[in-house]
Amino acid sequence: MAAIDGPAAASPPREAAFGWTHVLHEWVATVDHKKLGIMYITSGIVFFAIAGLEAAVMRYQLAFPDNDAISPEVFNRLFTMHGTSMVFLVGMPIIIGFGNYLIPLMIGARDMAFPRLNAWGFWMFLFGGLLLYFSYFGSSGLYGAGSAPDVGWFAYTPLSGKAFSRGNATDYWILGILISGFGSLSGAVNMITTALTMRCKGMTLGRMPLFVWMMIVVSFLMLIALPPLTAAQVMLLFDRYLGARFFDTQAGGDAVLWQHFFWFFGHPEVYILIIPGFAYASEIIPVFSRKVIFGYAVMVAATVSIGFVACAVWAHHMFAVGMGKGVNIWFSTITMVVGVPTGIKIFNWIATMYGGKIRFRVPMLFCIAFLIQFLVAGLTGIMLAAVPFDWQLTDSYFVVAHFHYVLIGGLLFTIFAAVYYWFPKMTGLMLSERLGRLHFWLFLIGFQMTFTTMHVQGLLGMPRRIYTYPADRGWEIWNLITSLGVVAQGAGVLCFLAAIVWAFRRREPAGDDPWDAWTLEWSTSSPPPEYNFAELPEVRSRRPLWDLKHPEDPDWKYE
Amino acid sequence: MSAASATTTDTATAQGWTRGQVGTLLLILAETSFFAVFIAGYLFYIGKSLSGPRPADVLELPILATICLLSSSGTIVVAVRDLERGHRARFASGLLATILLGGAFLVLTALEWKRLIVEHGLTISTNLFGTTFYSLVGFHAAHVSVGLLIMLLILVLGAFGHVRREHAFRVELFSWYWHFVDVVWIAVGTAVYVIGL
Amino acid sequence: MTPPSIFDPHSTPAHVIVDYTTLVLAVCGVIFAIVTGLIVYSIVRFRARPDDDGREPPQVYGSNRIELAWTIIPVLIVIVLGLTTARTILALQKNVPPPGSLAVTAIGHQWWWEFHYPEYGITTANELHIPVSDPQAPRPTFFDLKSDDVIHSFWVPQLSGKTDLIPNRENHLWVEPRTPGVYVGQCAEFCGTQHANMLLRVVVQPPEEFEAWVRAQQKPAAVAESASLGRAIFERTACVNCHTVRGTPADGRFGPDLTHLMSRTTLGAGVAPNDLPTLREWVAHPDSLKPGVRMPAMQLESEQIDHVVDYLVTLE
Repeated sequence: MAAIDGPAAASPPREAAFGWTHVLHEWVATVDHKKLGIMYITSGIVFFAIAGLEAAVMRYQLAFPDNDAISPEVFNRLFTMHGTSMVFLVGMPIIIGFGNYLIPLMIGARDMAFPRLNAWGFWMFLFGGLLLYFSYFGSSGLYGAGSAPDVGWFAYTPLSGKAFSRGNATDYWILGILISGFGSLSGAVNMITTALTMRCKGMTLGRMPLFVWMMIVVSFLMLIALPPLTAAQVMLLFDRYLGARFFDTQAGGDAVLWQHFFWFFGHPEVYILIIPGFAYASEIIPVFSRKVIFGYAVMVAATVSIGFVACAVWAHHMFAVGMGKGVNIWFSTITMVVGVPTGIKIFNWIATMYGGKIRFRVPMLFCIAFLIQFLVAGLTGIMLAAVPFDWQLTDSYFVVAHFHYVLIGGLLFTIFAAVYYWFPKMTGLMLSERLGRLHFWLFLIGFQMTFTTMHVQGLLGMPRRIYTYPADRGWEIWNLITSLGVVAQGAGVLCFLAAIVWAFRRREPAGDDPWDAWTLEWSTSSPPPEYNFAELPEVRSRRPLWDLKHPEDPDWKYE
Repeated sequence: MSAASATTTDTATAQGWTRGQVGTLLLILAETSFFAVFIAGYLFYIGKSLSGPRPADVLELPILATICLLSSSGTIVVAVRDLERGHRARFASGLLATILLGGAFLVLTALEWKRLIVEHGLTISTNLFGTTFYSLVGFHAAHVSVGLLIMLLILVLGAFGHVRREHAFRVELFSWYWHFVDVVWIAVGTAVYVIGL
Repeated sequence: MTPPSIFDPHSTPAHVIVDYTTLVLAVCGVIFAIVTGLIVYSIVRFRARPDDDGREPPQVYGSNRIELAWTIIPVLIVIVLGLTTARTILALQKNVPPPGSLAVTAIGHQWWWEFHYPEYGITTANELHIPVSDPQAPRPTFFDLKSDDVIHSFWVPQLSGKTDLIPNRENHLWVEPRTPGVYVGQCAEFCGTQHANMLLRVVVQPPEEFEAWVRAQQKPAAVAESASLGRAIFERTACVNCHTVRGTPADGRFGPDLTHLMSRTTLGAGVAPNDLPTLREWVAHPDSLKPGVRMPAMQLESEQIDHVVDYLVTLE
């Protein structure tokens, strides 16, 4: 009763593709989860480059006080588009992309549960993103034609209402995200359904890779948190075009209601973004420590509890709004509570490394940096949960530093790790270790220069979303350092992109299992054939390949 | 080595749920979240309108409409069971009854709106009550409309012989959506006609 | 000018926050040191050696006892921090004026601050004068915060944490300054194009100086012969639709009160100094100093502008 066959039969030799139209059609019309996954990730990387340039321009403007390189109108559009793009057009597609690619492979299935819904979701996401960016050309704003939305990525009312945001720039923000959101929702439905109904024989829920568990939690959060955003945006659209009064303070409407609805989406959203980072780390750290993940069940329980608690903390974004003392105390306490399961996960990762034989390949380098940086991010989060401290620091550069530490220091570093780790599986080619290390060190140095420093500006009283600042506040040197860090980060990203391009030149074959890993995706060829597995596998433990490689000491004896 | 099915399609797997069932439930979860926000908005703004007609002045209990909609849940349950047993004609008439009852609900809603707009001057922009009432009831009605369109599609496909007993599970999944629409109506009705009055 | 650092408190709420923050930072600092230490130790001690025999290390699946330990300790930390936080919130958050406080109403506009002193009948803009508070006879300042348009936020770090100004909602803030001086801050909630230039200057004065300022502000606008031509232009043009000059027919409310314009050190909510050439530029082309500002250029002739400026400089 072989658990798994050896490497799946290689796909039959391809006939010479008859022209680029054939290839194009193959990709455009595909419903295959692997191609869609790659398309999601690639689109995310493209938007990442664009949003990164938007940030670079802003940092150029802010490098010096009283700078007039960029007008306030343009600056306000830049930070709006930067934030909106990074959350919805970079973060979401990349995590859905990896989920799409890996879940069927990890559970021994041939595709996702709803392949056509999958394809529809991707194209909705892409259309929404393109619609948002079309605003740069096609929309009319407060100052004439050709203006992107400029109300911030959270578009607080009344600023985003018709009276203060004339033209249709804000409507591009609403519609772009709304349409893109359908893509995310369909991705969530697919991921949960696939994981719950299509696992291979022997794979109970308790034998799924942690990656799959975490993507299930992420997907549930998406289903619960994205519709409120849609609802709020529809309300705003009704206000703007049908004369509705949802946020019309002159009619008795409540400007803060938008914030409640938005952050009821917005806080789970940031967990939606970071939990996949946990998922990548939970797969990569064990392999490069040569040890099983420490405390699998606790990791699952911690992630599930993070998911629940994440839905109860939203108003910690609103401590300056003037809510009652009891409300402030509740949201402060419950926000600190979420630090407990999060901390447990960090300890479990450390315990996985402890006693291992750590191999410092590029994916592991990014994961180690993630551990320390995410720890810092979590601690600054606790500081912001401390309401009186937050009364000073909310809406300042301290918050900007905090969430970039989470999203870049945490999520992006693990995304880089994930790319270096799974690119070989997706393409059959290894990425250059040398370029990867160069990418890592350049990006790390740049990230630290920019975002560690950035906490100081916040502590010195610099609010966020300002296009310039006066020279007499003592902020200049910190802003200059922050801006200079962009150079190293940009260089790092260039190395990353170069590594990807170069991989197709150097053609170092990856083989099925370049990292000596233990989950099912490594049991099939790189890249996998369209049908994933010649025969669907049957498993007896959480690490089926470990059992194969260590028949004298299989996992199922100890689980 | 176990025989590999090409994909897990419509049969329940060892794990107990079919993908259609899970997918439909997840859709309902997302829709619940969506409606919850509109209901929360409605409840939050009760009594806060600065002017204009108040709910107590203009609303009439939608008893007939509610009866129509809720009984349409009954008719669709019967229809699905008939299809499962292969009684396609009875299924078609049950489905038609559901459509008519749902359609009656929409017509009654439209008449109610006409009364409110024409006789009482209540529109979505009149005041907070108008805003929250029309958006909440309107989105519910939109979901009813979508359900009606799907049922019409099934009816037409059935007329051409494409809906047979082996497809009953798909109609059943749709019926879950239809029941959900009914449950939402109960929630909407409670918020608007019980709590709000 | 010292930076408006939150760690340079000059008012009771800011002091309370710094003291509280010290505990929070200490706890976070200790956690950081311990956990980072563990990470660094692990990657150094357990790195794969070049002469490794290729065998896998012992596989440790978990330990309920360890999990419990590192659950309980964080829970205890959360309890301690939570209780301290609750206590500090209750001490700082005030919805009613503390005894002896001066009342100020702050109204946020795009992109300037309006300040009323109801007890004194004064209205001014952008630069706030408040009395220093003597611990023996405290005189805090208690703010009613309102907004005329979108959401703004009042933040002067050295005096207190921030609170938002929201239309159709009344929020409150209090400060209790302990040392005289000038403290800067600015709007801290994105409010549109010139959010960056909605600056605040808070002048904390000893009681006598503050009373003198109040008396000067209470006087109606100065009347000077040299200014009569400019005043006529001012009152004939749409200036009066937006600006108030007390004691004259000008009673517009969309823009700052100009009755004592020259008592302020800056123009445009801090974007430019209040000197003669800048004032002239402001009247002629406000958009050049603060792009997107709501005040339009009135398209006056150069000579008319000179007259208007001559009038404005008499408004001490």
